[in-house]
Amino acid sequence: MRHIISLLMENEAGALSRVAGLFSARGYNIESLTVAPTEDPTMSRMTIVTSGSDDVIEQINKQLNKLVDVVTVMDLTDGDHIERELMLVKVRATGNDREELKRMTDIFRGRVIDVSDKTYTIELTGTEHKLDRFLQAIDHTLILETVRTGASGIGRGDRILKL
Amino acid sequence: MELTGAEITIRCLQEEGVEYVFGYPGGAVLFIYDELFKQEQVKHVLVRHEQAAVHAADGYARSTDKVGVALVTSGPGVTNAVTGIATAYLDSIPLVVISGQVPTSYIGEDAFQEVDAVGITRPCVKHNFLVKDAKDIAATLKKAFYLAKSGRPGPVLVDIPKDVSNQKAEYSYPATVSIRSYNPQVQGDIGQIKRAAQLQLTELVRLLGAPCTNTLMGLGGFPASDQQFVGMLGMHGTYEANMGMQNCDVLLAVGARFDDRVIGNVAHFNSVPRKIIHIDIDPASISKRVKVDVSIVGDVANVVSDLLSVLNSSKQKPDAAALKDWWKQIAEWRSANSLSYKNSSELIKPQYVIETLHKITGGDAFVTSDVGQHQMWAAQYYKFNQPRRWINSGGLGTMGFGLPAAMGVQLAHPGATVACVTGEGSIQMNIQELSTCKQYRLPIKVIALNNRYLGMVRQWQEFFHGNRYSQSYMDALPDFVKLAEAYGHVGILVEKPSDVEGALKEAFARKDDLVFLDFRTDSTENVYPMVPGGKGLSEVILAEDL
Repeated sequence: MRHIISLLMENEAGALSRVAGLFSARGYNIESLTVAPTEDPTMSRMTIVTSGSDDVIEQINKQLNKLVDVVTVMDLTDGDHIERELMLVKVRATGNDREELKRMTDIFRGRVIDVSDKTYTIELTGTEHKLDRFLQAIDHTLILETVRTGASGIGRGDRILKL
Repeated sequence: MELTGAEITIRCLQEEGVEYVFGYPGGAVLFIYDELFKQEQVKHVLVRHEQAAVHAADGYARSTDKVGVALVTSGPGVTNAVTGIATAYLDSIPLVVISGQVPTSYIGEDAFQEVDAVGITRPCVKHNFLVKDAKDIAATLKKAFYLAKSGRPGPVLVDIPKDVSNQKAEYSYPATVSIRSYNPQVQGDIGQIKRAAQLQLTELVRLLGAPCTNTLMGLGGFPASDQQFVGMLGMHGTYEANMGMQNCDVLLAVGARFDDRVIGNVAHFNSVPRKIIHIDIDPASISKRVKVDVSIVGDVANVVSDLLSVLNSSKQKPDAAALKDWWKQIAEWRSANSLSYKNSSELIKPQYVIETLHKITGGDAFVTSDVGQHQMWAAQYYKFNQPRRWINSGGLGTMGFGLPAAMGVQLAHPGATVACVTGEGSIQMNIQELSTCKQYRLPIKVIALNNRYLGMVRQWQEFFHGNRYSQSYMDALPDFVKLAEAYGHVGILVEKPSDVEGALKEAFARKDDLVFLDFRTDSTENVYPMVPGGKGLSEVILAEDL
């Protein structure tokens, strides 16, 4: 089953490779991994999308907790949460496609953030699923480049991951 | 007070009460060695290979309550140390390994003797640090010692670039350590049972009236001479221990981690509906391979002591009738006499050597071992009654561990009897340490069970590879007696069973000498019982089956 694990860790050199190394050494899946410093610059927040049986997910949580650089771990999938991912798509936009691509972007509540005479760059935010659907909705042959950040997640309401 | 990074490093070791540093100098650690030279409190032991430095620190730690310390240079110094670090990691041994690094301005330039020490050791340390400023050395070393011995212990590497060890910084040793990201729920100790815990465990086993077995790593955790002890379990465990594990109703696991050599095939192990209670210091060890019914996270000594007070105040007593039936069953399995072997008057049986070793040393020696058949025979036939006496690489299975580990043990326990049980294969993986033993006058007794084969490899080839002994015959062996003599020690060749006892007596009577005993043992002897890899605990090969 798909799980989205959120963690706070020391914003230190090597901390990321400790987490990534744990996943490869123990044969766990990583579907996506995002990390950036928090409002406290000494701390980073990481979101990992992974999948596995309940036993594997339990081990992932325990093993992450064992890492000295990892401050606290939360499996967001255990409760209500929100996920967002950012995608930038560069498409060939010429002739009739220009209007069609703009319309699709509007329907998906995206924005065109860069325009050239032959291309659009579209910014789209949403769940992984929504971004997938957008890519399916437009003409595949027009896609020149796709950049996705991987999911970031946060608990709803009072579910807060803080030190 | 302003000091150089190297001075700070040595001050920190002094503050931590470090008695011995096992190491090998080189370019990147010259400033640190210079400071070592200027003081006497921390003694340095010069090994002949960095792997041995880490094993010696490891042996020191396993046989005491202390953290072992090793010091190596950058590049090959670190890569040589990696096997030792991984050995300590798999057996949860508290070590602090200090490595030199090329100067900070050279890092990443493929400088001479540069290796990414933090990167290369990351998967086999509890934690590691690269110190980029001399002002951080004291706090980092404080953390390193704390991390090494707290919670589930393990090795910690501290990498210090050469310029940092020569840089001046304000020094004060921190009184406390706080790592916000690390808060072990419990404070533990070395991954072996302490004497205090052994006493409590013994009391618990008496109170429950149940049979008790030990893992390879736990031998001595419960006295082997006790009536309730059914021997070691696992791949080469006794029939009664393994059958008891498989068929019991309730299993109380104390600090064991259910690894593949201990329970064999997981599905087979789980095929019976026993209940499992698991006490462990590491939450991640619980339900990792085997799902347990009740888990208790904590230091064994504390948990067992709490269990005892609960049990002692309880009105409920063990079901005497059920226990009687269970012991009857155990006795039946015991009668298979799974450790029996046919002694010979022609060929020296390795089991006989270990039994005689036990007799001659009164069962009271520190016994280190290498890896292979001799390790299993030592585990099976040297009946350990006390914890921390059996020193072996159980997790990683590192050949070459025994002799350097024995050096650490002997330095930690001057005057104690220390035997290194080894084979002609394993001993050659760190034989250069005979030189270190001479320099520091370590009167270790090397018990080499020389069967001219990599015995465990040969055994698997006999059982599972159609007797094709691919590369397991040790040709062109040195004359170990002459070799021992060349290093300045005493060597004794033993070729007849009737000479075994006399030779051991003579060796142990030489209190001040390292004696290398070259026992020419039966090369066809196998370790029984054996649960083949991937099989279940009751799918055992006994000696009589063949």
